[in-house]
Parts: sequence; structure tokens; C-alpha cells
Amino acid sequence: MKIGKKDIEYIAHLSRIELSETEKETFVCQLSDILSYIEKLNRLNTEAVKPMSCTVNATNVLRDDILESSLSLEEAQFNAPATKGVFFKVPKVIE
Amino acid sequence: MEYEVIVGLETHAELATVTKLFCGCSTKFGSEPNTQVCPVCLGMPGVLPVMNKKAFEYALKAAIALNCKIDEFTNFDRKSYYYPDLPKNYQISQNYYNLGVDGYMDICVHDRINRVRIHNVHLEEEAGKLIHPEEAGADYSLVDFNRAGVPLLEIVSYPDMRNVDEVESYMQTLRKILLYTEVSDCKMQEGSLRFEASISLRKKGAEKLGNRVEIKNLNSMKSVLKAIEYETKRQADSLDQGETVDRETRLWDEVNEKSARMRSKEEAQDYRYFPEPDLLPVVVDGKWLDEVKVTIPELPLARKQRFIEVFKLSDYDTSLLVEEKILADFFEDCIKIVDRPKVFCNWITNDLLREVNERKLDIHHLPIRPYQLAALVEIIEKGAISSTIAREVFSEMVQTGEAPQAIIEEKKLAQISDEGLIEAVIVKVISGNPAVIEDYKKGKKNALTFLVGQVMKETKGKANPKMVNELLQRKIDA
Repeated sequence: MKIGKKDIEYIAHLSRIELSETEKETFVCQLSDILSYIEKLNRLNTEAVKPMSCTVNATNVLRDDILESSLSLEEAQFNAPATKGVFFKVPKVIE
Repeated sequence: MEYEVIVGLETHAELATVTKLFCGCSTKFGSEPNTQVCPVCLGMPGVLPVMNKKAFEYALKAAIALNCKIDEFTNFDRKSYYYPDLPKNYQISQNYYNLGVDGYMDICVHDRINRVRIHNVHLEEEAGKLIHPEEAGADYSLVDFNRAGVPLLEIVSYPDMRNVDEVESYMQTLRKILLYTEVSDCKMQEGSLRFEASISLRKKGAEKLGNRVEIKNLNSMKSVLKAIEYETKRQADSLDQGETVDRETRLWDEVNEKSARMRSKEEAQDYRYFPEPDLLPVVVDGKWLDEVKVTIPELPLARKQRFIEVFKLSDYDTSLLVEEKILADFFEDCIKIVDRPKVFCNWITNDLLREVNERKLDIHHLPIRPYQLAALVEIIEKGAISSTIAREVFSEMVQTGEAPQAIIEEKKLAQISDEGLIEAVIVKVISGNPAVIEDYKKGKKNALTFLVGQVMKETKGKANPKMVNELLQRKIDA
């Protein structure tokens, strides 16, 4: 599968990363290679195989609705780049 | 040009669990911001979500109550997007599987039953709450993550509604079902129940639907209805002028009662859904399904129809009774003791509801219990107190929770049926009103009513009115 520069720019935007022109060119090649490699799987007939989303053979891992302790406000805000009072502070959200 | 409006609703209901969907943090509303958070709901690296069984069962319960098909196997998916209220930069939701699909809900509109199909019911996690500071020029927003991770049920209807009356009934009926099944407290003012509408128009008689416009930021049922009316007109005006209606998301402006294009949604969203690798699938076997099924009570519409059929109550009365499960339960508990449906219906829908509304409380906060109201009705039926006195006793019962008999004895409210006592009062009233007796003898028959009233007044309403009437008449005619 061929990946173009546009695709790379789109993926970078979705991931909120900025890439330089050189990086974009590198990733165009690398991602194309990766996808071509994975494409080999398309040669297999998977008609009767159900999609698998989990490699662990287990189901229904559930917890009871029982209260556990939360973090203190200080702990919760400890790693935050910005806070204001009891809140986390973020760049203005435009709606 | 005449158009038909086509409406579908997306409903979000916060589930009434004690803890969040994937961690043990509290879901309590109104606490100090960012004090009900932990590494899981803050999306810190390396944490693993573990599904709350109760939340899953509540979602299952709602899906069954909405007549959905429940697949044995269900799984969760990641919906990726960047927004500051979403700490992980993805929301755990359902896309490839839904907990329930192809359901329906019957609604009652102008005494007719309409069926609205339910596309799907699924479970997801709530986002945090953004606060936009009011100070002018503020270049920041604030986030409270207490709400992040609260279990959220999403119910997606088909576009099966054609006017605001149907939409209103849909919202009311759905709310009642969620309350009856006790899966959500449905407090719209706290955001536990929210609606989003998608609205499109088509020419009357045409097959093809116009472009769908989604409306968000609808804070009350009233806003939903207003927004639909506004949107219908806006889209009709565009079409009449030969313009097209864009497929877009618009925000409802509550203050100006207008909708406006949502800027952040202008570019197409790409959520890149994929199966959530941090959660294991959930398999709902027949046994589990049955266990959840038996917890579903009779739902409001069915209960209403049964009340009409079995107890011969009016449509209006039954609507009031089934409005809240607790009210309908109270009614049924009463008639199990004394079989007088209409009598209890009147007491509950008039007197009890008035007391409840005056105090802005729920019934269970009042000390009165069904067996006490039943005892009061028995006392009235025996003729031991008049209906006026009964109201006095009732209002005392509502305040104190005391038994009616005790109140009657304590306040000496029992009806006077002693002929001698009543006669003594009658003699006094007759001698005190010679002019009225004259009138009566001249043929003014309603003078008697006045005299009865005087006797009742003298006895503080306690005299047996039937006896007063008979004795008084006998006395004057003699």
C-alpha cells in the first residue's frame, strides 16, 4: 500500500504532532514499508475466522460497585502543567 | 412548500452506580472538583480499567426494558479524539458491538400508541466537566475530572418522530422507564439525563430525507422542543429560498433561542475506533440475562393500562399515578388493604401530591405510609368522621406519621353521632336564629342549609351531617 505525504500530515495532525519536511519523507517510506509487509496477511483466506480483539482467552472480568479511595487534590494535580485553584487549567476551549 | 419534520434523539443517561465505570472513585454529584479522581480516570500511563459489574447490569436492564436484542457477546471500543475534558485522549465506548440493538419503545400521543424504534443502547464513559471563566479576555478553561469515567448509557432512536408532541412523549416515557428501572436518577439539572436531536425535513409526500442537522447543548426538555421548532423553521426557510441545508452539528443557544454552527465540528471527525485492548469482552449467558430480567418492574405504560382496565380509573388519574413509581406503588399498597381504588386515587392524586409538591419532597420523605392512609379511609367509610375532619387528620398524618385513630382520639375529632348532644346544639341554633326560622316557614327552603351550617360550626365540624339534617328538619317542622 502506498502512503503519501498527505496521509502522513493527516495522521500527524490527528496525533497532534508537528513533523519537519525531512521527517515526513522518512515516515512516508517507513509507513509504506510497514503496511506492505502487513499486507501479506491479505493473501490468507480469513472468511471463516471471527475478528479477534483480545489475545487473552478470558471474559467477564468485572468488579463490584464498591467505593475505593481517590487521590488527594494535591496528588491529582501534582503532574499537571497548569492548575488554578481546585481545577486543571487548559488553553481556552472554543465552542 | 409544506414539509414534514423528521426527528431522532440521542439520549445520554448517567447510571446510578456508587462508583465510576472503570475505577472505584465516587460518582457523587456536587463534590469539590478533582477530589473524586484516581490514576485510572485521570488517564495516567500504565493503568488498567476494570468494568463495574453493576454499571454493566444497569445498561443491560435498560436495554431489555427498551426491548432490545441482546447479543451474547459484547465488547468495547476506543474512540479517539483530543478534547481537554477527555484525559486519555480517547473515550471507551462501543462501536463494533452494542449492548442492545433493534429495540423499540411505545409512546402515548393524544391517546394513541406510537412505536419509536431504538437503534441501539450502549455503555460508555462520561467525560470531565469544562468550566469557561466569565472574566473578559480569559485565555483558559478549567477542568473538573470528578465526572470523568462516570458510567454513561447512550440510547439512540431511529428518526421515527414527526412532531414535537411525539418528541416530548418520547423523552417523558424514556425518563420514566429509566426511573422505574432505577438505572439513573435522571436529574436533568445535574446533567444526568441529556438529549441531542437530529432534525431533517422532507417535502410532504416525498421519500427522500433532507440533510440531517444535529443539535447539541440542549439543557432541558423544553430546550429540545424549542430547538426543534426553531430548526424546522430555519431549514424550511432555506429550502423555500432554493438553498440546501448543510449536514452539520449546531449548538443551541438557550438565551437567544437560536442554533448556531459548531465551530469545533467543522472538519470531519475521525474517531479511528478500534477494539479496546485493555478490557476483556463480556459474555451475557441466558442465566445472567434472566437474573437481570427479573429485576425489571412493570413499566409505566403497561401499568397505566392495567390501572385503567382493572381499577376502572380515568386516563388522567392513571397518568398522575404512574408518573412516579413510588406513587403507583403507594396506591397499590393501599388497595391491597382496602379495596377502594377510586377513593385512594383521589387521596393520592389530590391530597398527597399537594403535600408532596408544597414541601418539594419525594413521597418517601413524608412519614405517612400506605397502611395509615388505608386506616383513615376505613374510618371514613365507617362514618366515624366527616370528609372535612378527614382532611384535617390527613394533614396531621403527613406531618407526624401518627396513626389516624390516635390523631382522632388525641384531638377529639371523632364524629358526634349522639342524638342528645346534637339536639342540644340544634335547640341552641334555633333559638339564636328566629328570623331564619321565619324565612324557612315562609317557604325559603335553603334557610335549612344555613342552619345545618351553624350546627356544624358549633360542633367544629364533628356532628354527623346526615343526623343534623334529619333532626333539624324534624325539629322545625314539629
